[in-house]
Amino acid sequence: MIPALRPKVELLSRDYVEKVIGEALDLLEQEGVFVENAEARLLFREAGMPVDEATQRVRLTSHLVEDALASTPPSILMYDRAGSREFTVGGDEVHFDPGSGAIRMLDSVTQKERKAATIDVVRLTRLTDACEHIHFQSTALISADVPEIVADSYRLYLGLLYSTKPMVTGTFRIAGFKPMLEMLAAVRGGSEALRRRPLAIFDACPSPPLKWSNLTAQSLIDSARASVPSELISMSLTGATAPVTLGGALVQHTAENLSGLVICQLARKGAPVIFGGSPASFDMRKGTTPMGAMETMMIDMAYAQIGKHLKLPTHAYMGLSDAKIQDAQSGFETGLGAVLAALAGINVVSGVGMLDFESTQSLEKLLIDNDICGMAYRLLDGVAQRDEPLAAHLFDGIRPDTQFLTMPHTRKWYRIEHRMANLTDRDTYDAWEGAGRKSIGDRAAEQARALLSAVPPNLPDPALQKELRSIMEADARSNGAAGLPDLP
Amino acid sequence: MEDMNACYARMAEAVVAGDAEAAAVLARQALDERLDLPAVIEQGYIPGLRRVGDLWEDGEYFLPELISSAAAMKAALAVLGPALEASGAAGLSRGRIVIGTIEGDIHDIGKNLVASMLSANGFNVVDLGSDVKADRFIDAAVETRADLICLSALLTTTMLGQRRVIERLRERGLRERFKVLVGGAPVSRAWAAEIGADGYGENALAAVTQAAALAAAKVTP
Repeated sequence: MIPALRPKVELLSRDYVEKVIGEALDLLEQEGVFVENAEARLLFREAGMPVDEATQRVRLTSHLVEDALASTPPSILMYDRAGSREFTVGGDEVHFDPGSGAIRMLDSVTQKERKAATIDVVRLTRLTDACEHIHFQSTALISADVPEIVADSYRLYLGLLYSTKPMVTGTFRIAGFKPMLEMLAAVRGGSEALRRRPLAIFDACPSPPLKWSNLTAQSLIDSARASVPSELISMSLTGATAPVTLGGALVQHTAENLSGLVICQLARKGAPVIFGGSPASFDMRKGTTPMGAMETMMIDMAYAQIGKHLKLPTHAYMGLSDAKIQDAQSGFETGLGAVLAALAGINVVSGVGMLDFESTQSLEKLLIDNDICGMAYRLLDGVAQRDEPLAAHLFDGIRPDTQFLTMPHTRKWYRIEHRMANLTDRDTYDAWEGAGRKSIGDRAAEQARALLSAVPPNLPDPALQKELRSIMEADARSNGAAGLPDLP
Repeated sequence: MEDMNACYARMAEAVVAGDAEAAAVLARQALDERLDLPAVIEQGYIPGLRRVGDLWEDGEYFLPELISSAAAMKAALAVLGPALEASGAAGLSRGRIVIGTIEGDIHDIGKNLVASMLSANGFNVVDLGSDVKADRFIDAAVETRADLICLSALLTTTMLGQRRVIERLRERGLRERFKVLVGGAPVSRAWAAEIGADGYGENALAAVTQAAALAAAKVTP
């Protein structure tokens, strides 16, 4: 049997990849990066790097970067809440997760954006948990009904309560890391168990060009020491905060990510790091950051290729849209992004559910995107050889009235070779009209309501619920935040 | 007069071309030759800026041209401003603005765009940079007797800090003294209304229009 070829797309020649890496290393050595965080600068000084305390500029030798690369694991095993199901973040594995950090919800009824509350976060989390093709959960939505100071820990709290999947999250304040780590350790039954079976990835975004803020550098250090995987989210805007050419932006992206990777490795050798990003082809008219632009996706695919060349796990913000409602644009941008990310073999693909430049989440879009991800996975499975011969035996004794519907061969293979449509319309016109002329958004809204009422929340055992609640309440109290919202 | 017109045309052209160096050189020549400075601005540089606005509206110019032109305008004003003030002319300041990016956010591209457009349009801009604490905005506004405070945020997470500045203004009994204009990628009109900001600029040009309206409203009770 001939194995199925895994379809794969690469945008850069090997020479190009090496040129980008070479220029990035030169950039780090000659210009360096700005590191606001004193502890991170101390790590660089201890590693013998020239650090200018006045300007906070750190120069990194290629040797240091290469050492750091050598000690970074090429893949990471993530585990679900139960600690039993394993997910490889590495190789050409692809895992979709909802785009993280939205502050608004596209209201299911009014189809207008509004701020999000606890109930929205819970619904989105529960639906993500129910989506077969969305392997990871993310703290995708920030609820406005808790004090801003604990917004980071609160979204993780809700995620751990209502989802069984590995999480992608991050801090909004330095002090946020501790309660968040406590919650993760509580789920695992201790910090050692958490080290062995990572449950959450922490995102950390450098500020373009070539800056690490105090908060993000601290997140890298704290995560590395706790063996929590850090996802480096370089987010350059072409022609605004980075060179305008795709190649130029790639050099900056690579340099920023490599400097973050070094901070992680200096904090703890062997710390898990993911080479990720959220760059955008800056819109020179609107001043916006289109995530659905083809050039944005090209930068994503190209830096992921560079990450793979460096033998690192990869991540990108793809499979999301800048549209404001469920429309043709939201579908084509998400479809293109998810498929291209899959073809590029990007390990963690953040974006599903998201609209309006990473600012808004939608329950309906999440479910539509689940279908898109399913199609992308089908594509990755490729064209397999199921039989030997492929077909000759099916034509034995062929007659003019031969059909395949009743062949055992059809029955054996049709569910494996072909995916059923879920929300996608494959009705005849009359059937579609008879069913009420519904758009895919209408059908998704119905499915969201049905899932939320039919599928009970996937809560952990009551003792763990109580423990998570008490960590969350302690965090809120110590920040002077009175009472947390009641859970639905 | 022929000569003057040619001179004004070169000033306008420097702004249209986004050539900060030429704009400043021409401004220095104007000082050396003791030209009528308000006329130099009104008939030389401002028509250039207006032409840039037209080119933008026509879809000919994009942000790189727009911001380069703003920088050229700013370069000319930096040369002419002190002399104008010294001469006791009314000057061209349309108002004093304190601007910065909210605490926790060190992304300042959007804020820089707005700050340069505001200066190019004759506002006196005090740029506090990025990662600015709520009280620092207010202290700076008090110290510089600002008319407006402009708050920028790129991240959805730091945008929440804009509310904090307005809360602190209220707590310090200064809310009525300053107009507050908010902006940034995740900021919407609804958000501005919710936190009680006086205005919202959806882009750098809108911010200028908003600032002008707010500053004018503030001067004429």
